[in-house]
Amino acid sequence: MSGAHSHSASYVRDTMLPEQTPPASSIGIIGWLRENLFSSWLNGILTVLSLAFIYSVLSAILPWILHSSWTANSLDECRKQIDAAFGPDADGACWAVIRERWTQLLFGFYPSELYWRPILAFAGTMVALAPVLFTGLPRKLLYVSVAAPFVVPWLLWGGTFWVPVSAVLGFALGYLAFRLLSNWGGSLAGMIAGGLAAVIWWLALASPWVGLMESILPLGIEPVVSRDFGGFMLSITIGVVAITCSLPIGVLLALGRQSNLFIIRMICTGFIEMIRGVPLITLLFVASLLLNYFMPPGTNFDIILRVIIMVTLFASAYMAEVIRGGLAALPKGQYEAADALGLDYWKAQRLIVMPQALKISIPGIVSTFIGVFKDTTLVSIIGLLDPIGFSNSIRANVNWNGIVWELYGFIALLFFIFCFSMSRYSMYLERKLQTEHR
Amino acid sequence: MTSISDAPKQSFRLSMLVYDTRYRSLTIQVAAMAVFMLLAAWLINNTAQNLADLGKPVEFGFLEDPAQYDINQTLIAYNNQDTHLRAAFVGLLNTLLVAFLGCTLATIVGVMIGVFRLSKNWLVARIMTVYVEMFRNVPVLLWIVFFMAILIESFPQPRDFRGDDATAHMLLGDSVALTNRGFYIPEPLFSRSLGDLSVFGAFDISLDLIALLAVLAGGLFVSGRIRNRADRIQNETGLRPTTWYLRLGVVAVPVIALLVALGFHLGYPALKGFNFQGGVHMRNSLIALWLALSFYTAAFIAEIVRGGILAISKGQTEAAAALGLRPNRIMSLVILPQALRVIIPPLISQYLNLTKNSSLAIAVGYMDITGTLGGITMNQTGRELECVLLLMLVYLTISLLISLVMNWYNNRVKLVER
Repeated sequence: MSGAHSHSASYVRDTMLPEQTPPASSIGIIGWLRENLFSSWLNGILTVLSLAFIYSVLSAILPWILHSSWTANSLDECRKQIDAAFGPDADGACWAVIRERWTQLLFGFYPSELYWRPILAFAGTMVALAPVLFTGLPRKLLYVSVAAPFVVPWLLWGGTFWVPVSAVLGFALGYLAFRLLSNWGGSLAGMIAGGLAAVIWWLALASPWVGLMESILPLGIEPVVSRDFGGFMLSITIGVVAITCSLPIGVLLALGRQSNLFIIRMICTGFIEMIRGVPLITLLFVASLLLNYFMPPGTNFDIILRVIIMVTLFASAYMAEVIRGGLAALPKGQYEAADALGLDYWKAQRLIVMPQALKISIPGIVSTFIGVFKDTTLVSIIGLLDPIGFSNSIRANVNWNGIVWELYGFIALLFFIFCFSMSRYSMYLERKLQTEHR
Repeated sequence: MTSISDAPKQSFRLSMLVYDTRYRSLTIQVAAMAVFMLLAAWLINNTAQNLADLGKPVEFGFLEDPAQYDINQTLIAYNNQDTHLRAAFVGLLNTLLVAFLGCTLATIVGVMIGVFRLSKNWLVARIMTVYVEMFRNVPVLLWIVFFMAILIESFPQPRDFRGDDATAHMLLGDSVALTNRGFYIPEPLFSRSLGDLSVFGAFDISLDLIALLAVLAGGLFVSGRIRNRADRIQNETGLRPTTWYLRLGVVAVPVIALLVALGFHLGYPALKGFNFQGGVHMRNSLIALWLALSFYTAAFIAEIVRGGILAISKGQTEAAAALGLRPNRIMSLVILPQALRVIIPPLISQYLNLTKNSSLAIAVGYMDITGTLGGITMNQTGRELECVLLLMLVYLTISLLISLVMNWYNNRVKLVER
């Protein structure tokens, strides 16, 4: 750059300028505010309106939450306490109703000296779910997952310990029959024999066996009737059973609906469309009024069991549609590649198709789970005492007549915690299973 | 042309039913059919046996008996001497009413929330996220009873509107009264009414309404023809004639002319005695159900709309901008038509969910089909099987009809692939 230029031009810069810091208005808090809240006139107005909205909501709710009474024994007493503490015009929450009734909202009429059982059952369910949900945990925990379906109902309903043992024995017998016969007559015969053996055991032999064992060695805990179930315990019981059972049934229904076999496809499609076409409440009517008609005369089985059956069927139909979406989204090449490898139908489904289809449908599956859990509140309409049913009976009580927001707020908060954590888990799982290159 | 390799001719053996894939599917289907038939026969047999033991044969004659209960919100004439069938029909109309109102409001609110959730304004986007999470993660039944409680607890009683020192006031120039017994809104009245048309002698439809709808449909049809002509001219010459005033005119002028001819005016509610008289009375139960279902479903629709808009790649916007389209044209001509294809199928299932969730009306005492046929009629007559079957049939039909209509629309906007 020297030579002619240095003579003709009066000034030539030959060093780089040092980097300058960005203008103060585009970095830090001010920059963030400018970019995200006041980037234009319209945005500025929106921001101010939003702030006003947030202020009005908080100024209405926060004083109400804080000007509260925790110690009163009735709504009148509550109001007196709040007036005494915060002035005559104060409008405050009467959290005392939650303090007095929270055990009922959680456990219903479950005998209070036995609360350890649902708590233990809940903890057991959580421990059993943990290794399924998080692969990082020690695999030994899976033994708990296998044992939980037998132990948890026993803990909740109580009774003799031999009932869950006989249920396990049914599976063991079925497996034994399967092993014996599949060596001798092929896997199909083995499966049929295994299923038959288990069903025969459960239907015919299990109850005499339980009676016999009970007479030899009485081993049991105090039974609790279903009538006493209530509150969140009831919601969680129905929800967890329906959720766990609906996934495998839903997979089978989805496969059936995608199948080449005409009759199977028709049966599955008809079932799915019929269940999805009616509201859950009509299915609950079926559970509470009609299911006993469908059974052989004289059968009278438990209302909670009936509700669980119908909710499970309902959830399975929705699950089937979600999984069918996953199956349809899978490229055809995957099916053809599985065929080309010589895998039979079930192996292809298990090793190639299902892992991918289920991964695609995780968001849908989890939102179905959330929906099922929320829909368990509908049992209050057929007279079971879930949290909403209980809130109605608390409001009918003389002491708490007229109380509304505290109860609904508490119930809403509990449901929110469960459902929100489920949806966050699904996002975590999606991120974890993400294998595409981005 | 002969096949390259024939399957080896061999006689049919029984084991081929299981081991030969050509026959196995047949075996499986026959077995499935047999199991299914057996199961169905077993269930039907049990039911027949149980009903015979109870002395309750399945028959629907009870539908012709007088219902003997009142329904507080009806769209067609009804009194407690009418039949159970008519009560069920009143309930069905109430279901359809709340479903229609709910779907409309849910779509409007849902689209707004969904679009605002994508706002560049951080605060607005956050508020919308809170809205969506709040409504999605709490059971709809809780929202329904919650809204009912809001209406009962926080709106003024009708007597608060009375006198000079009234604590509550009517809104919109004394035309709307929001009370804890429900909302009173103006009703449309016609001083030179055409009368009513009796449909099969079962219920009456206002001829004024039919005439209005017919004129409106005619106007929209003509307006569509004008648009088509404008499209054609634009295709041929590249210049689009300005037609908006013409199209507005052919729709609005005949409707306004008809309204004037019929002597259209509004009947305002007014406080008489202990309550408001005149106007349309929308009961608390209807309002609570409507708002709760709409706001709950709106949260889901918002997510669908957001997903639909995000699914359109940014290149589409940029390409449209490169062609010289203005932002609102980009939205209406490029983004929305593509986003709609993603949005519509899940939107249909949300409409179906809303319609099915409207059966929760029974929790607040709104007399929809579940409240009439599946509620009082069932309890009074003790015909559980018939009532529940009819109820399921009605909902199934509604669901199938909504799916049919929506699928037809979906097929119209679907991407035509090669």
